[in-house]
Amino acid sequence: MVGKKEALPAYQAGGGAGPADFLTTRLETMVAWARSNSLWPLPFATACCGIEFMSIVSSHYDLARFGAEVVRFSPRQADLLIVAGTVVDKLAPALRRIYDQMPEPKWVISMGVCASTGGFYRAYHVTQGIDEIIPVDVYVPGCPPTPEELMYGILELQRKIQSGEKSRDSRSARAAEGKRFAFSPGEGESPAATPASGKDVPAG
Amino acid sequence: MTVLESTALSPEAEKIRGRIAATPISERVEVLDLDLPTLEVGPEDWIALARFLRDDPECRYDLFLDLASVDNLRRRERKTRYEAVVHLHSIAHDRHVRVKVVIPDGAEPTLPSVHDVWPAANWFEREAYDLMGFRFTGHPNLRRLLCHDAFVGHPLRKDYAPGQRWFFAEEDLRMPDWAAETDERAGHFETQTLSIGPSHPATHGVIHLIARLDGERITRAETQIGYMHRCFEKMSETHTWNQIIPYCDRLNYVSAMINGVGYVKTVERMLGIEIPERGVLIRTILSEFSRIMDHCVNIGTNLVDIGALTNFWYLYQPRENIYSLLEACCGARLTVSYVRVGGLAIDVPEDFDARCRELLESIPKFLEDVDRLVTRNRIVRNRLSGTGVVTPEQAIAWGFTGPVLRSTGVAYDVRRSRPYDFYDRFDWDVAISREGDNFARYSVRMEEMRQSLKIIRQALDILPAKGPVSSSDWHVMLPPKDAVYHDMESLIYHFKLIMEGIRVPKGERYDWIEGANGELGFYAISEGSGGPYRLKPRPPCFPMMAAYEHMIVGGPISDAVATLGTLNIIAGELER
Repeated sequence: MVGKKEALPAYQAGGGAGPADFLTTRLETMVAWARSNSLWPLPFATACCGIEFMSIVSSHYDLARFGAEVVRFSPRQADLLIVAGTVVDKLAPALRRIYDQMPEPKWVISMGVCASTGGFYRAYHVTQGIDEIIPVDVYVPGCPPTPEELMYGILELQRKIQSGEKSRDSRSARAAEGKRFAFSPGEGESPAATPASGKDVPAG
Repeated sequence: MTVLESTALSPEAEKIRGRIAATPISERVEVLDLDLPTLEVGPEDWIALARFLRDDPECRYDLFLDLASVDNLRRRERKTRYEAVVHLHSIAHDRHVRVKVVIPDGAEPTLPSVHDVWPAANWFEREAYDLMGFRFTGHPNLRRLLCHDAFVGHPLRKDYAPGQRWFFAEEDLRMPDWAAETDERAGHFETQTLSIGPSHPATHGVIHLIARLDGERITRAETQIGYMHRCFEKMSETHTWNQIIPYCDRLNYVSAMINGVGYVKTVERMLGIEIPERGVLIRTILSEFSRIMDHCVNIGTNLVDIGALTNFWYLYQPRENIYSLLEACCGARLTVSYVRVGGLAIDVPEDFDARCRELLESIPKFLEDVDRLVTRNRIVRNRLSGTGVVTPEQAIAWGFTGPVLRSTGVAYDVRRSRPYDFYDRFDWDVAISREGDNFARYSVRMEEMRQSLKIIRQALDILPAKGPVSSSDWHVMLPPKDAVYHDMESLIYHFKLIMEGIRVPKGERYDWIEGANGELGFYAISEGSGGPYRLKPRPPCFPMMAAYEHMIVGGPISDAVATLGTLNIIAGELER
């Protein structure tokens, strides 16, 4: 019966307005509310966390409850990058490229300890945290995080979007400013001054 | 060689020695008898020995399993610094052999390539070049495989620092030379080079396929991997035997339990310890459930790739249910870390039997649903039947094992060929198909899930209700926590195991089980310390990925997607 006009209370301009008829808010707040509840994630799934990401979009955990189930594999159509799994040095430029291709506004969730810090792969080919390359909004620990943990991360991101908060840490901010790589050994050192960054040897 | 040594040889090794005696290289091949018959040869005779091993009717080692590169820098007893250790399998005679190519010390370790004897050797040799710096003369494409193109040095050498990284930028990525060429011959209406991946929904993880297309048909292809190379082998050299179990779980993370079991079995055999029957059966039950999980995800994602989304959810629910069982056992869902060298971390919950039987009831219903939705579905049949065809000869030459090999009609299953645990006591069948196409692989996996359920049912029937799940050898297993707190001796055992690790006797071993993807082997070298000197897994999907670029040429790009799905490439295991 909802479709029938007469079943709905008709809006009358200038008179008879009930308490639910008006809502005053700022435009940004409303836009942020809308954005936070319709995130379009791009799963940058590389490893084990990607399998756990499958769980969260499947029927049992059902990410649709948070309005974030429209998974897109094109960065042009996504506003939330979920980096699920280990990122290695060979993949790092591709991740940066995908991040750059996403339209603003965009957010990044780092899912799992590998994406956040390199995890227990403290090794010669593993990026020690994706914040070497791109800024991160929410870090979700775990190896892999359970779906509940990732859900909490998404809720936390929604809260952040609604509050308009920007909490990009200094390392990520440097990366976001165009220095594509800020390498891990020794915080604050420039890449050229760090032997581990490798550009001081003749490029092969 | 003295008479005493020769009498100590096993009949298998004796047989190989007898056959080699008739060849011109017999003087320069040393036959040893370790856990496997082992041949030692120099690089100059390696090709001749390779051809002999493949072609001799008594040997017929036609399946190239693995090539492990070893740096003997810190091993005193070995004569030279580098050796290449090759493991081979004979389908006809159903047995393994090991060949060690001992490379004389010189400027750079150099040995001939055997890619024309076993095509499967191609990528294994590239990997050995990349990680250990072996130069394979005559190799068609000897360049880095796992590490990025700006990498300097060879990380698995013992004098390479584990944490040393190198800067890599997008412009350093090396594309094949032909990718830039244009082909405007008459009759070719539209040629272009398409780069698929490394982040693409159909690549399941991070694989980079560069394909030259003529219209929709692939005329040339090359796969690039290494986007997930996270240094398992180097990490295993810096950890103790038990600390490696979590790393093993992250090899094939879709069926983590099987990897852990495969690894600890290798170490247990090196230690020569026995596990209580109950512990072994629990491992078997959970491994078979993991196999079902693995096949569920594989079939589900494969169907998603070809456009059938619904089945994914039908197949994912049993996986969630199995997760609950694993969670009840050890607290983790995906990467379980449940096994220990010597048994299991903790006992299973009391309702283990009931939980398993509940799953045995519920899983067949999901499989039936998928069967009804998919097996006779015209679209699925059209997409999968007759595409991605592999002949048995090709499958063996490329080093395939597991469901993909069995789908070509070769009934090689480690659980049957060399039954470990209690597999010889169960009544089950090896699922095979003869077509060797994508649909055959789908059918083999569906049938394997049913066989796994059958195995689990029988294992549950003989599972003792009570009893230990782990060895009580406190040199290997941690003593019970209560004893550690109240008893000095137990505290010392605990301390030694945690601080130093298990003392595995000096030696080497290759042990193999049937992983969800095929033969999963671990080649471990111990120098008597708390951790391995070298640990090399034999990744089942590595040879399949190597063959993939040959399989898809000539077919349309849509078939390439379907084929990649049925090969079940798991990046963690592929690139370690």
